[in-house]
Amino acid sequence: MAVINLEAPFKERVANALGDSHLAPAVVRATDRMLQARHKAMNSIDGEGLRTQTRQMKEDVLRHLPDYLEQLERNFQANGIVVHWARDGVEAGEIVRGIGLQNGAKTVVKSKSMATEEIHLNHVLEQAGLKVVETDLGEYIIQLAGEPPSHIVAPVIHKRLEEIAEIFHEKLDMPRTMDPTEITSAARVRLRNEFFGAQMGVSGCNFAIAETGTICIVTNEGNGRMVSSMPKVYVVVMGIEKVVPTVEDALLQLQALTRSSTGQQMTVYCSMTSGPRQPDQPDGPEQVHVVLMDNGRLQMLERGYGEALLCVRCGACLNVCPVYQEIGGHAYGSTYNGPIGAVISPALAPEIARFKELPHATTLCGACRDVCPVKIDLPRLLVDLRSDLVEAKTNPRVEQLAIQGYVKAMSSREMYERGGKFASVASNLLAGLTGGEIKWMPPPLNGWTDHRDFPPFAKKSFREWWEERQKLRNRE
Amino acid sequence: MQKSSFSTPPRRVALFVTCMADMLYPGVGIAATELLERQGIEVVFPMEQTCCGQPAFNAGYRDEARVLARRFLQVFGPMVENGSVQAIVAPSGSCVTMTSHFYDVLFEDSKEQPLRQLAQRLASVTFELTEFLVDVLGVTDTHARLEGTVTYHPCCHLLRELGVDEQPRKLLAAVDGAQVVELPDAVDCCGFGGLFAVKNAGISGAMGRRKADNLARSGADVVAMCDVSCMTHINGILSREKIDCRAVHIAEILNGQLGSRLHPPEEEPPMTLERPRRWQDATAADAAAKGEKGGD
Repeated sequence: MAVINLEAPFKERVANALGDSHLAPAVVRATDRMLQARHKAMNSIDGEGLRTQTRQMKEDVLRHLPDYLEQLERNFQANGIVVHWARDGVEAGEIVRGIGLQNGAKTVVKSKSMATEEIHLNHVLEQAGLKVVETDLGEYIIQLAGEPPSHIVAPVIHKRLEEIAEIFHEKLDMPRTMDPTEITSAARVRLRNEFFGAQMGVSGCNFAIAETGTICIVTNEGNGRMVSSMPKVYVVVMGIEKVVPTVEDALLQLQALTRSSTGQQMTVYCSMTSGPRQPDQPDGPEQVHVVLMDNGRLQMLERGYGEALLCVRCGACLNVCPVYQEIGGHAYGSTYNGPIGAVISPALAPEIARFKELPHATTLCGACRDVCPVKIDLPRLLVDLRSDLVEAKTNPRVEQLAIQGYVKAMSSREMYERGGKFASVASNLLAGLTGGEIKWMPPPLNGWTDHRDFPPFAKKSFREWWEERQKLRNRE
Repeated sequence: MQKSSFSTPPRRVALFVTCMADMLYPGVGIAATELLERQGIEVVFPMEQTCCGQPAFNAGYRDEARVLARRFLQVFGPMVENGSVQAIVAPSGSCVTMTSHFYDVLFEDSKEQPLRQLAQRLASVTFELTEFLVDVLGVTDTHARLEGTVTYHPCCHLLRELGVDEQPRKLLAAVDGAQVVELPDAVDCCGFGGLFAVKNAGISGAMGRRKADNLARSGADVVAMCDVSCMTHINGILSREKIDCRAVHIAEILNGQLGSRLHPPEEEPPMTLERPRRWQDATAADAAAKGEKGGD
């Protein structure tokens, strides 16, 4: 099992991931299963139509974001929901901590949420002396292991059953078992006790409906419903892009989300909260708070990466990404990983250079764009980021010089042909030393020959063949 | 990008051979030339052509990429605009993607509109080789013969940016004697990715080995593709991993350049795939052809 250290340099994280012989097989197995289910779920309906409609709806949201947010706020307040606005993650964390402390909360139960991962909320609450319990089974497992999630919807995708069994044995002192039902039952008993004892529930938000002032969370385990209904205080942390105009729009996005992510035609639970418990209602929270969080989203729009705000966090682009399949999520070193993470991590960060390796950690193969339920042109956004990184002068000087040298050589026929001749002689010499193929090249090209051979350049180029042929023909 | 439809079949085309084929795989350029000429097309090769600039564009160096994009438009623009050629053909899905799709991005700026429009006009008549053969010329059989097991790897730009997939498969299916087999997880990227192969060499190598394993599982003697860049990466992995399969450019198969058998009978000297026909052979053949002509 590889050591997970998100603070290590990118190269080291990648080397750790590639060095873990169990990682890629585990990730490939799980992502392939989700992709196959997605394929079936999208093809059993007009999948293309669903993608087009969802994109149009989300584009409309982005174009009128301030209007929809104001409408959402009004309707939240009319429903008795307390609305908080947070400019950044620190503010959002302080708001949630404040609500917890004011209400004397000791234990907080959480439903899986990427927004709270983004602001490291668990850490903030724990620093304030609160006990935080993740209640999604996958999240619970990695919380026991002391790790962050490695996938947007399947947080524990990187672990095998053997490892999970070991964690339960070690942390919960239960006998070692390889029976998933037994492990799940053990978690269920413990989580049930936490639900009964918790004073505050925290979740993210898959979408919030502006016209009704309703929060929607989508789960398969029912833990989201417990989190949102059992404790007396319920707090929602949501990115401002999660608003949708109408109930129909919410149902549209729900379809796109479940079919793309796990390939389900319908989620097991979609819990909707439109306010605190009313006097005539048997249960529900006494207080409901929503933290509407920017944390870099408006800056993302300004930087030209607004298209990535259409994302519904389904994880399909991770599942189909051959890079993600090789290295898993932790190597990205960011809350968000895979192709969408490679775009939004630098775009959300105060300095794009913070995640400067990520836009380069992709082959631009385009498979992600083809599965995205809102058709985000991820390869395009990735090359745009690469260009912004060059403009921000974050690339190594030697790379810049190499590119400029190559462009210069390619800018004149004479230099191009002479360069070709030189490469031909040099590469044939190198290849001659190792019997036909080049097995070694000097840095930085050793990156190539560390993994694969390179052929020598042709002794005579195509253009030489062409010229000789033309000469022969002209003589006729 | 909307492609032009031709009321009369094109008679003259400009060959954009691509810098990699020019310098590393002249046999691919020769195959493209001969395949087109056999269809009665006159092929023109502008000697001023170099590289489309994709490495600079993909690495984020747009100013530098624009230098080479302008050069491409200067070399090929006038030939198309004055009607001396009706189309541009390249044996590469990736380089066609660069000139047809990414030049549009490079010249987005309002003051670059004339170049952008020129790039768009050129894009409408620029074709990848198999796309041109099948969609424009209506060719479905190049009358090549190759006894052996062949599979096909769809390169990402060709498949997802140009949407070309049926065309090369159709042409391969028509190769006499070839047993075409499916490649498991064929649509997965091979891991080349240009500078990615060096910058993220570890990930690229792992992806390449996954592709190589699938090639071994397919049982193919050769894997055909429409880009020499991915071919270089895949061959480099196959050779390093000592897997008994070779990547070839589809034009080499369609033009009969691998010989007619991949597994020669005992009595004949073994055919070596490592040495595709190079220009010397072609010149000898040409000289022979010329000799015959002279006798007429």
